[in-house]
Amino acid sequence: MSAPVNGTTGRAAGAARPPRRRRGGGEAEERTLISANDLRHPGTRASVLSWKALFLAILVLVGLYPLFWLVVAATSTSQDTLRDPLGLWGQGFHPGNLVDAWNKVQINLYTANTFIIAIGTTFFMLLVTLTAAYVLAILRPRYAAFLDAAIMATLFIPGIISLVPLYLTIIDLEIIDTWWAVWLPGAVSAFNVLIVKQYLQTIPAELFEAAKIDGTGPIRVLWHIVLPLARPIMGVVALLTFIASWRDFLWPLLALPSPAKRPLSVALSLAERSTDLSLAMAAMLIATIIPIVLFLVFQRQFLSGVSATGSVKG
Amino acid sequence: MTTTDAPRRGTPAASIVRWVRGGGLTTFVLALPMIIGFTVFGWWPITRGVILAFQRTNLITTQWVGLDNFHRVFSDPLLWQALQNTALYALIAIVIGFPIPLLAAATISEMRGRTRQLGSILAFLPVVVPPVVAILLWRRFYAPDETGLINTLLGKVGLGPVGWLIDPRWSMLALVVAGIWAGAGSTIIIYLAAMVTIDRELYDAAEVDGGGIARKVWHIMLPQLRGTLLVMLLLQIIGVFQVFTEPYLLTGGGPENRTLMLLMLVFRRFQAGDYGVASALSLLLAGVLALLSWVYLRVTRRWAS
Repeated sequence: MSAPVNGTTGRAAGAARPPRRRRGGGEAEERTLISANDLRHPGTRASVLSWKALFLAILVLVGLYPLFWLVVAATSTSQDTLRDPLGLWGQGFHPGNLVDAWNKVQINLYTANTFIIAIGTTFFMLLVTLTAAYVLAILRPRYAAFLDAAIMATLFIPGIISLVPLYLTIIDLEIIDTWWAVWLPGAVSAFNVLIVKQYLQTIPAELFEAAKIDGTGPIRVLWHIVLPLARPIMGVVALLTFIASWRDFLWPLLALPSPAKRPLSVALSLAERSTDLSLAMAAMLIATIIPIVLFLVFQRQFLSGVSATGSVKG
Repeated sequence: MTTTDAPRRGTPAASIVRWVRGGGLTTFVLALPMIIGFTVFGWWPITRGVILAFQRTNLITTQWVGLDNFHRVFSDPLLWQALQNTALYALIAIVIGFPIPLLAAATISEMRGRTRQLGSILAFLPVVVPPVVAILLWRRFYAPDETGLINTLLGKVGLGPVGWLIDPRWSMLALVVAGIWAGAGSTIIIYLAAMVTIDRELYDAAEVDGGGIARKVWHIMLPQLRGTLLVMLLLQIIGVFQVFTEPYLLTGGGPENRTLMLLMLVFRRFQAGDYGVASALSLLLAGVLALLSWVYLRVTRRWAS
């Protein structure tokens, strides 16, 4: 990831900040708050080291153990999980729970639905965001300033106000209980338009002027110049959108009333009480695997995308 | 518009032709997804939310009722309960949830190489777990008897069992803890990114002046992070006031409505088909939050300059 994502950090204090930034390499000479000088003091050194060790232990307990517990519960019998929540596979390892959940509790259907929702939302989001950012950052027609203001203003209006009217809108459009009802509202994100727009603004203007002189039309420029350059940032917003729609609960609960269209989140919340515990845990594990794998594979994009939230929303 | 040959300069037709030839039409077509998207799914629902707050509708007939919906919002005894609960939730969530990510980020930022990467990944992992899964998992951990993980742990040291989600003394704290677990990771990553941008020379200068670690935290790190800290505090406040999924799935608002939150009240009115009252309450909540952001942005701008 290059600079634009982290380009602004906290509007309020951002002004007097040096452009210097840490890159992947050169960790050895990196200095932070606690210096080599501080650590020369044996007491300080011992307390810093022991705090770091304790902190890592807490992180493992808090960040990893609940997931490990889920893995154990998903592959144990219900009696094991209930009788000894701290135990490890008392009555043996039962990976078959996952297969049973997949087939018997229709997790296959709900997983497919979740994929349909997440992929569709991501696709339409990319379409809207890329064209919007291109128009606002590069083409800049006369009405761009107005559109810009109108879109950015929605960032400051709390989403809660739209819940009821959005529901009535999808009824009016007669798209309730179709995939469009989750795809389209999810595709519209002022935040994504903002970070892609900021990214595109860093592309040197000469590139577009040269294309214009060559007589290249705006659509060819979009396809051959902007899209290849914007790929990293598009990847970040695509990931964040995919995960956000994978996680979403309240909107699909309202917008997709038929049981056959439920995503995992809605299905799990409704089925948990009536399903055998081990199967419910197995289903929960299946619902968690995809986002975790995506995160582990695309860590860097994730973390830079999340850091952008903090800087942009300022 | 077909007279492309030589329309006289200055006529409307001529300027349209020039606009099309100059790429204006293509630009407009490219702007259409954004224009349609943000109108239909952005501004129209916002506008309609405001209108609905002054109407009564059953989706077939609609009538204007003035401030009647607001009267009904305020005469609902549950409103005050929900307001009190939400404020209490927000208070506990901020008091516990604001310092923890800061401390965690400061610690991770002192780590190097693989340890640092491991720290970031572990801190962020809970954020990746889908909220419904996290909540159902916490419901198991909080189970009121010995089948719950936390009560089993407490049992080992001779305490409990505690009815975390059904005991009015504990239910709110239980909700806050689950909420912080799910949310702290993003805040940690944001602080980490901000800490990286602090100019190292400031730390060196403080050290030359004889400043120890505590002084460097107080005089350099925190002032340098001020902007980010304030923004995150605002985002956290706005977020906790709109808390919904955790109480909805963990406690359902119970016990005795002790964890009924404002957004759940909106949802209940909405499910009852009372769209006017639901919209009026949403509008009030959104208004308060927008006002809060505005005041906050003004104050922080003054502090920053």
